[in-house]
Amino acid sequence: METVKPDGAPRIGNGLDTKLVSKPIVNRLAYGIMYVFLVLVAVFQIFPIIWLFLFSLKSSQEVFNMSPFSLPENPKWENYAKVWTEGNISLYFINSVTYTLAAVILTVVLASMVTFAITRMHWKGSRLVLGLFMVGLMIPVHSTLIPLFSTFTNINLIDNPLSIILTYTAFNLPITIMILLGFYEALPREVEEAAVMDGASIHHIFFKITLPMTMPVMATAAIINMIYNWNEFVFVNTFISSDSFKTLTVGIQNFIGQYTTDWGAIGATLVISILPILIAFLILSNRIVEGIASGSVKG
Amino acid sequence: MNKVLSNKKVIALYITPALFLVLALIYVPIIQTGYYGLMKWNGIGEMDFIGLKNYKVLMKDALFWKSALHSFLLALFSALSLIGYLFISIILASKIKGADLLRKIYLIPMLLASVAIAQLWMKIYHPSNGMLNIMLVAIGIEDPPAWLADANLALYAIIIPIIWQYAGFYILIYYAALKNIPESLVEAARIDGASPWQIALKIKLPLIMNVIKVTIVLAVVGSLKYFDLIYVMTGGGPNGASEVMASYMYQKAFKGFDFGYASAIGFFLLVICLVVTYIIRRFTAANEDIY
Repeated sequence: METVKPDGAPRIGNGLDTKLVSKPIVNRLAYGIMYVFLVLVAVFQIFPIIWLFLFSLKSSQEVFNMSPFSLPENPKWENYAKVWTEGNISLYFINSVTYTLAAVILTVVLASMVTFAITRMHWKGSRLVLGLFMVGLMIPVHSTLIPLFSTFTNINLIDNPLSIILTYTAFNLPITIMILLGFYEALPREVEEAAVMDGASIHHIFFKITLPMTMPVMATAAIINMIYNWNEFVFVNTFISSDSFKTLTVGIQNFIGQYTTDWGAIGATLVISILPILIAFLILSNRIVEGIASGSVKG
Repeated sequence: MNKVLSNKKVIALYITPALFLVLALIYVPIIQTGYYGLMKWNGIGEMDFIGLKNYKVLMKDALFWKSALHSFLLALFSALSLIGYLFISIILASKIKGADLLRKIYLIPMLLASVAIAQLWMKIYHPSNGMLNIMLVAIGIEDPPAWLADANLALYAIIIPIIWQYAGFYILIYYAALKNIPESLVEAARIDGASPWQIALKIKLPLIMNVIKVTIVLAVVGSLKYFDLIYVMTGGGPNGASEVMASYMYQKAFKGFDFGYASAIGFFLLVICLVVTYIIRRFTAANEDIY
């Protein structure tokens, strides 16, 4: 295809001339314009969230009568206290934490076992099994929803946290295996092979040697899983009907209905629901970036 | 050594739990969806086998085709927005100070729950107290639209937060791919006198073509099955103006209790997603040998 070729000295000379004379100013201007553009995009991305923080600390009078961009006059932290104690928000919060943690642990352990068996052990059909997991990435959730609902109803798992934890695990296994796979393939096999020579059992090798070595990638996979599970909506909305089992995403959806005009309370509820993820991002942003990149594109 | 590493019992032990979950909760259900699609069924009572009748009704269901059109519109806008993300990523990857911080800021919306994003944007679009209309009034537009309540605007008003939500994701992917290009290739072109735009278009883009292909599939298929913001923000309304395939299916199943018909929609959705994936892959495969 067309590539840029040096096609004669005169042109290169010209290029050098203009570079020497006008490039610095043009460059600096172009750089400035591009910078402003990038910052504007950043403002667009972040501003709605800042606005949310602002109105979560305001009284209704402030929200309705003053500029939406004004700082809260005296921040109403009681909005947060109110929604935390009044409704079931604290309960939803605990449910979200429980389901998220249970599913994350189960997913990362099961995915590690699969990835170990596929990359370290020798067997026919390993490519086929890997393919089965990977195709799972493409299945739309909605194409499975009705059978899952009716099966869970039949085996009495409807309105039961177990249905949520198992579904989260199944649907996150493919992407988790994808994240782990690259790391396992790049990991040197010498230590494991030496252990085999020394007569170690396969379980010993997996749990005592391989798993500790894959700590970094397990952490990455875990945090990506955590974000997905924490934010999940459709499964809980469909499978859970009791208030006592709902998670934050579904809970706030119902809860906010009661506060149609109390924007401060609505804002506080939303901030409570997104805060854990934002804090995790502040601390672990590099890991999250790496996890999203390795979980999305592989050849 | 080979004996230990090819122990069939251990392999089965390590693979089976995960494989069982994926088969039982993903693969078996899609087969069941295909089967239920041939039934008349309210979800509780007896199933009646009616053959392809659900699909015949589906073909003539104007509301479904309207929602399918909306899904494809969303896919089109998502795919077009990729051009913008590529543009941003190319600038970002060309040694801009603070590029790392910027791309992290871009990513933040993607980390938030769709429900929270939906609630937040409902407040932004609020006809009288929302940030958007207050700004519009401030710059002299006296009668700003009602956005989500306006049948002509609702779909587009939802597409904006969807793009807002995923922008950082695609920028991150492109940025990572661009950073992987060996510096020597770019340097060689620069010495040969190529302008930055020539370098971007003729060297960098072809080198990340595979990544671009994957993102096209992700954006298009992700849009075709999109559900969350629409369900929360408008429920497909007003009057079907923002209905998409997944929200239509959900409504038929869990509000209309027409599980047979909803299963037919669910199966159709699956087929569309697989076919579109195949077509995009096929269509873009011709570019494979560009470098």
